[in-house]
Amino acid sequence: MNKHIIVIAEHMEGALADITFEMLGKAREIADAVSGSVTVVVLGKDLEPFVRKLGLADTVLLVEHDALAEYVPETYAQALATLLLERNPWLVFFGATSMGLDISTLVASRTNMPFLAMAKNVTADGSVVVTSQIYGGKMFLDAVVTTFPAVISILPGAFKADAGMAEKETAVERIAPSLAESEIRTRFEQLVHPEAGDVDITQFPLLVSVGRGIQNKENLAVFEDLAEKCRSAVAASRPVVDQGWLPMTRQVGRSGAIVKPKAYLAFGISGAPEHVEGMKNAELIIAVNTDKNAPIFSVAHYGAVEDAMDVAQALAEKISGAQQ
Amino acid sequence: MHVAVIMKQVPDLVEELEVDPGGKLLDRSWLRFIPSEYDEHALEQALLVKEEFGGTVDVFAVDIGEPDEMLYTALAKGADRAFKITGEFDYGLNNHTLADVYLPFLKREPYEMILNGVQAIDDIDGPIGPILATKLGLPYVGVVSGMKPDPSTGTVHLRKEYPRGVLAEFRVAMPVFIGIQAAMKPPRYVPIARIQKAMRAGGIVEVAAEAPLETAQQVVGFDVERMYKPEAGRGAEMIEGSPEEIAERIFQILNENGLVR
Repeated sequence: MNKHIIVIAEHMEGALADITFEMLGKAREIADAVSGSVTVVVLGKDLEPFVRKLGLADTVLLVEHDALAEYVPETYAQALATLLLERNPWLVFFGATSMGLDISTLVASRTNMPFLAMAKNVTADGSVVVTSQIYGGKMFLDAVVTTFPAVISILPGAFKADAGMAEKETAVERIAPSLAESEIRTRFEQLVHPEAGDVDITQFPLLVSVGRGIQNKENLAVFEDLAEKCRSAVAASRPVVDQGWLPMTRQVGRSGAIVKPKAYLAFGISGAPEHVEGMKNAELIIAVNTDKNAPIFSVAHYGAVEDAMDVAQALAEKISGAQQ
Repeated sequence: MHVAVIMKQVPDLVEELEVDPGGKLLDRSWLRFIPSEYDEHALEQALLVKEEFGGTVDVFAVDIGEPDEMLYTALAKGADRAFKITGEFDYGLNNHTLADVYLPFLKREPYEMILNGVQAIDDIDGPIGPILATKLGLPYVGVVSGMKPDPSTGTVHLRKEYPRGVLAEFRVAMPVFIGIQAAMKPPRYVPIARIQKAMRAGGIVEVAAEAPLETAQQVVGFDVERMYKPEAGRGAEMIEGSPEEIAERIFQILNENGLVR
């Protein structure tokens, strides 16, 4: 069987997303090990500038159409399902991202291809084994692919983006898909960028970040006090923002900010993959959580199993004492 | 607006999870179940739509975990009907099988919107929303955190979240399947007394599953070899001691890195 891996690229506003390179690097590694090949599929319009950046692929397939100019789940799924049925690949990689969450499952369903989500690793030593991270990162699951083609969604950050970056010439193929546009019921209107105004949490060398473990809004005061003493700001994981305790501008993770501070203090944050995606590249991560099995301890450099409030209060006092 | 919400029970991650002796599934003997968090947001969003535009909200759940309290809570919050789909279920059903279980019930009613949580912590074969949308032939948009239906045009305006706080706006012709990331308001609190009142009223409609369940525990196309816990604290140096001692050590580390003075 031709071991052909297709990587579905992601891009927005003229830039390829890191997940594209993360998947491409892994696909290249596997293809080299099994004497296979890699095609990166890019959907959109005016895609030529992306080609050079995708030098690790054997082929870059540009699928261009006016209706694909902006990401629309229905349109992209239609175009990709047709393409994958024609190309009959061995493996298909999508990112487990905002866009990928829609179209990976839509495409797998339309094509009746088996689908495995939340992959943290893929190996092809004899059989293809996918390691998925489930239950908020509290369990791993190893599954052998038994039916090909198989669709796999890859967690952002599972692989290094650097390993997928190479600027060199590669074969380019262009297709203009025939889309059943009259069947499309979803229309893209516009992108809305966040308003400036609140603090920019990407700019602080140290971030005090809080999660559901702080229990209620009133407890935020302790962390705001600590942040002030550290000349920092309070960031948060998704549940804190969803509860309305902090504005969306403070959210770290898949839908929020990607931060790379010198130090990230995670208080009461479990470390769900969606959050880790936004902070894993901090130079120093210190996590405090009452749950000794919290996945955050797998990405932290230092950890403590303790009440976040008690440690934050003690730390604020310690810093106050040192400043006097 | 006639809206359906699909809700499911998932293991409570606050509890310790264990792998069963077979090594491929969670040990279900001590599992505590709670509603999937994203599904609670889907219910809230449906109730917000009902409050603004009128209509009805139907909630569906299969009889896995402890769905009764979840369904009674939904009724107490304002859902009109709660359906519990009964059958020979066991926790661990894959979403493709679950989608087949829901399908006939969703086909029978002319829902203008079907909402569910964009994902759940056990979606190993993908979120159920896109699977059901495909089977129903409906458009699907996921990771949605804002919506405004326009009954006069039969469309709904959706806001989908992208990274870095960017939102994409779509307009979709109804009927539509929507994967909710977050409701436009936090899920409402409902007093226990109202849930108990709903329980006494006994408003759950039990309906028998019609789909076959042969593929129950499998992920089609994959052979699960093992399930296991990640090594706890792998890579992290654990700091022991009282909160004051832990704070002292964190202070030292920050100080050594020039981050506090």
